[in-house]
Formats: sequence, C-alpha cells, structure tokens
Amino acid sequence: MAIIGKYFIFLGALFTRREKMKVYWRRFMEECVGIGTSSVLIVAIVSTFIGAVSCIQTAYNLVSPIIPTSTVSLVVRDMVILELAPTITCIVLAGKVGSNIAGELGTMRITEQVDALEVMGINSASYLVLPKVLAAMITFPMLVIMAAFLGILGGYIAGTLTGVISPRDYVYGIRDGFVPFNVFFMCVKPVVFGFLIATISAYQGYFTKGGALEVGQSSTQAVTSSCIAILVADYVLAQLFL
Amino acid sequence: MIEINNIAKSFGDKDVLMGISCKLRQGETNLIIGGSGTGKSVLLKCIIGLVRPDAGEVLYNGRSFYGSDKEAQQAIRREMGVLFQGGALFDSQTVHQNVQFPLDMLTSQSAEEKRERVEFCLQRVGLEGTGKLMPSEISGGMKKRVAIARAIVMNPKYLFCDEPNSGLDPLTGVKIDELIREITDEYQITTLVITHDMNSVMEIGDNVIFLQKGKKLWEGDKDSIMHSDVTELNEFVFSNKLLRDMRE
Repeated sequence: MAIIGKYFIFLGALFTRREKMKVYWRRFMEECVGIGTSSVLIVAIVSTFIGAVSCIQTAYNLVSPIIPTSTVSLVVRDMVILELAPTITCIVLAGKVGSNIAGELGTMRITEQVDALEVMGINSASYLVLPKVLAAMITFPMLVIMAAFLGILGGYIAGTLTGVISPRDYVYGIRDGFVPFNVFFMCVKPVVFGFLIATISAYQGYFTKGGALEVGQSSTQAVTSSCIAILVADYVLAQLFL
Repeated sequence: MIEINNIAKSFGDKDVLMGISCKLRQGETNLIIGGSGTGKSVLLKCIIGLVRPDAGEVLYNGRSFYGSDKEAQQAIRREMGVLFQGGALFDSQTVHQNVQFPLDMLTSQSAEEKRERVEFCLQRVGLEGTGKLMPSEISGGMKKRVAIARAIVMNPKYLFCDEPNSGLDPLTGVKIDELIREITDEYQITTLVITHDMNSVMEIGDNVIFLQKGKKLWEGDKDSIMHSDVTELNEFVFSNKLLRDMRE
C-alpha cells in the first residue's frame, strides 16, 4: 500500500510546479522520437508475424466444410484489432520503452543528475517524466494502429501465399460484420497502457538507490510491473467497454 | 553568509548528523573535512535542501531555508551553484548545452545573450572551444570544469562543491582548487567545499570544519589545523606522510 501511495504522490508531482510550456514542447518532441519513432521497426516485425501466424493457425483449426473460408480473415481481424495489436504491442513496448525509461532515470538518479536539476529549482519529476508520459500516450496509439494494419496485412500475405485463403475471401472476411467501435476500443487501450508503462517505469527509475546493479533491477522491475498492469488494465477495459 | 544551526539527521536508528552548527562566511572558501562516512555529504545535502534535516535550520543571509515556503526555497536555490562529485553533467547534452541549461530553464535571456554568457563561463574555466563536445568525450578534470562553469553561469551567491578533486590526478586537483578559490575571490561568493583531501585544505582552506562521527569536533583556518590538540583531527591530518614530515 505504501508503494501505491508513493506512486500516486509521484504522479501528483508531475503536475505541480511545472516549467515553461516551451521547455515541455521541446522535450515532448524528443521523447516522441525516442519512444515512438524508434519503436516502429520492432512493432512492425512483431505485428506482421503475429497476423501471419494468426491466419495460418486459425485456418488450421477451421476444418469444417460448412464454415466459409472468409471466416479465417474475420477471426484474424477481430483478434488483431481487439487484442493482439493493442495488448501484445504494448507488452513489447513495455519491454523496450519501459526498461529504457527506468534505466535512463535510474542512471540519472545515481549519477546525481536528478539532484542537479533539483538544486537548480527545477521540478525534476515533472521535467523528466511528464514529456515521456505524454509522448507514450500519443505515440502508442499510432503504433497500435500501424500494428493492426500490418497484422491484418501479415495475415493476408501468409494466407494467400500458402493458399489457405484466396485474396477475395480474405478481403470479404475482413469487411464482413465489421464493428467500427472495435477500432475506437483498440485506440483507447494504448492510451491507458502508455500512461501505465511510462509512469510505472519512471517511478521505478526515479526512485532508484544504489549503483549499476540497482539500475538493472529497476529496469527489470519496471518491465514486470508494467506487464502486470497492462494485463489487469486490459481486463478492466474489456469489462467496461464490451 | 550561511548559518547552519543545530542540524541533526538520522536514517533509521543511525544518527548521521548530531547538532552541527557553523557559519560559512561570504568571500571565503569554507571546507568541511573528515573521513569517509562521517556525514559530510549528508550535511551538504541538508544545506542545499536535497535532504531535509530532522532538526535545525539553515539561514541564507538571514533567510531560513526550511522555514520558507516552496517559492522562497526556489528563489534561494536559484542563488546556488553546485558542483557534484561526479560532475552530474547531462549525458544527452553537449558541453555548451549543459552550461546553458540553467539559463534556458530559469531566465528569459535572448539566444545571443545566453551564448555569450556560456562562452564567457567556459572561457573562465579554461574550456573555450569545447562547447560541441559531449560529456563522454571529455576527461574527468574537464567534466569538473564544465560543472563549475554550469554552477557559475547564473552568477550564484553560494557555491557548493562535493569533493571537487576526487578521482583527479594531483595536478588537475590543484588546478580545480585554484579555480574554486579564484571564483570565490572574484565574485565574493560564499563557497563550501566538502573534501577529505589535505592538499585542498592547505591550498584553499580559509575556514575549515572537521567532522567526526556526525559531530563537529573542530573549526579553524588552515594554519591552525597543524597545531590543533584534537586527537581525532591530528590522526586525520597527519595520516598524510608529507604533513607528518612537515610537523616533524
């Protein structure tokens, strides 16, 4: 309970004694590049293969002649949009971005860079963490949209190249019974997950004590806690929205 | 002037500082010396507001730091320059950006004014022409100089240095000491140096405070330190062979 209380106090510190907006804008843009742009490749690879594998495995399980082939792409679409693109992408990002945030802040803490900001009269939590949180909340949905597109595309490529579904059936399937609300739901998830990953990882890094060993432990703890938080939040959001 | 009154600090059941009081005078280089683990760095952190003491107060020209609200504390902090033990330079910024950082954050000067001020400070610490280098590309001594340049860029009234010549070769250490001394004299600031280096004491110690196990055991100038009758201080000072030979 004490840790949760400290976490919420830390969140409060992000929004008090803020610096000039110009400073945040510059830092925000830097973080968007660091968190968002640099994650494009890994997200693209993971999502394309997840889509491809989903298509092949769904086709493998649908053996009944009374189920139309287009059902394969319908299943791939819903799996990708509802779960695989937002949740798996964010779990991957928890590993990449979360450990990076915790490692960076932990190193800044043990090398007294955070203290240097504090003695200058700068709110170090707000200056260092707020741009990361905002950048994660903005760029994660973009990455998830890209992941969803590439996941469905990956399914198309794998399905048509292996002959388990024709291009025409695949396109028919992804259009059949489409619910636009699912896309909205897909975009809500990464906003929440981005906030959780950035704040939990920043919290772990910001309060690092000790040396290099503790920085490593903070990074590991950041990824573990973020993944758990994502899964819990995923369930809560599903209950609330669906 | 900085007045430190009865500062006490404990971590758990370990008393780190026990009622430390002293006055740090303007225009002088004040040194806090003592062995490892005697509470020097904790005292420094209490003075600059990074660690809140359990008891006591710190007065900056009569203004109580811990008795002030957050805004007044911010105002006092903006009059401080701090040189951390490792320099604490921001890894992602160049030397120029590191020195300019306080100006960016705390002033509304024009880009040209800031550039001139940064160049002046870098020149003052003997690092002209190094602005484009990253902290990872410069030596330990240069990092300390950049940190000094960053500490003085806002024209501070108070300069705090935590073991400024640790990890440096003796010659570079002496140069850093001289630089601190020159800056203190030039700008008539109140300087506090935490050190366990007796060379620094003999070079720049206008006012020396000796800590042992969280207590102040002795205070005086660098000349009287050689003639003290405090056993613990003598053990500390004359652990240096050169000083032992001098005494004999």
